[in-house]
Amino acid sequence: MTCEELLKALNDYVDGQELTEICDEFAEHLAGCNPCQVVVDNIRQTISLYRAGQPYSMPTGFQERLQLSLKQKWAEKFGST
Amino acid sequence: MDNQLLQRPAERELLQRAKTGDFTAFQELVAQLQPRVYGLAFRILQQVQDAEDTVQQTFLSLIEHIGEFREESSIATWVLKIASNHALKILRKKRGLQVTSMHAVDPDDRYDSVPHPEFISPWSKTPEEIAEQSEVHDELERALSQLNEKYRSVFVLRDVEGLSVKETAEALELTESTVKVRLLRARLALREQLTRKFGDPQRVMIPDHNHG
Repeated sequence: MTCEELLKALNDYVDGQELTEICDEFAEHLAGCNPCQVVVDNIRQTISLYRAGQPYSMPTGFQERLQLSLKQKWAEKFGST
Repeated sequence: MDNQLLQRPAERELLQRAKTGDFTAFQELVAQLQPRVYGLAFRILQQVQDAEDTVQQTFLSLIEHIGEFREESSIATWVLKIASNHALKILRKKRGLQVTSMHAVDPDDRYDSVPHPEFISPWSKTPEEIAEQSEVHDELERALSQLNEKYRSVFVLRDVEGLSVKETAEALELTESTVKVRLLRARLALREQLTRKFGDPQRVMIPDHNHG
């Protein structure tokens, strides 16, 4: 497997899909190609970092505006809240 | 507080109650889903007012179509798909023709044009350790905001929100193969930027064979 081919298979490998054929070749390449191994690690770390991210804080006053419009729509649909 | 969180009714139960006209159950469902919907909208649109509009449109649509939910996916996934749809509408309206390129066949959607990694270095800390630093949130958002929206929206749905490739494709009205190439581009671009920040400068690697 070349680095080029590895790049194509990278998503499936990072996502841990069961692609034994690709995985064997992939693992073989990685064993002999430390930089590619580091790239795979970096990508997994990048994804974990975004997943671990803090939720956004909602703008002030937004909650009230949202509730008001939902209440109105609900009353139209169901007749009352 | 923790106790309360644990005892919160499940989304599915709330939806069932909301379908029968229980507004309180609906409000609780909104409260549970809202942070994810806002995060998704803000990350795709990069603008507070547009993100607010998306949240509002999403939950108004949810009222309108509340009877139509099929049990195939989780409620959160369903709502995130509705939100993506509204976010894309806002993008289309704002950018006019430009956003048709979001769906156009694009030479960038082929693997042979995907850029190779340039800065390769192991990170000196774990993602968990890095996530604890206060300035990291801004770093992550900056890197994301520099990505083209085509790649950003795919990354946000698939990697941040955890939708499958198929669900991401459905949400963005793209083919699964396009989603995969865009996801790869997004991941590589973000890896490149974050590794320049968090990679160990003492251990930068030069590939010993042709990486392009």
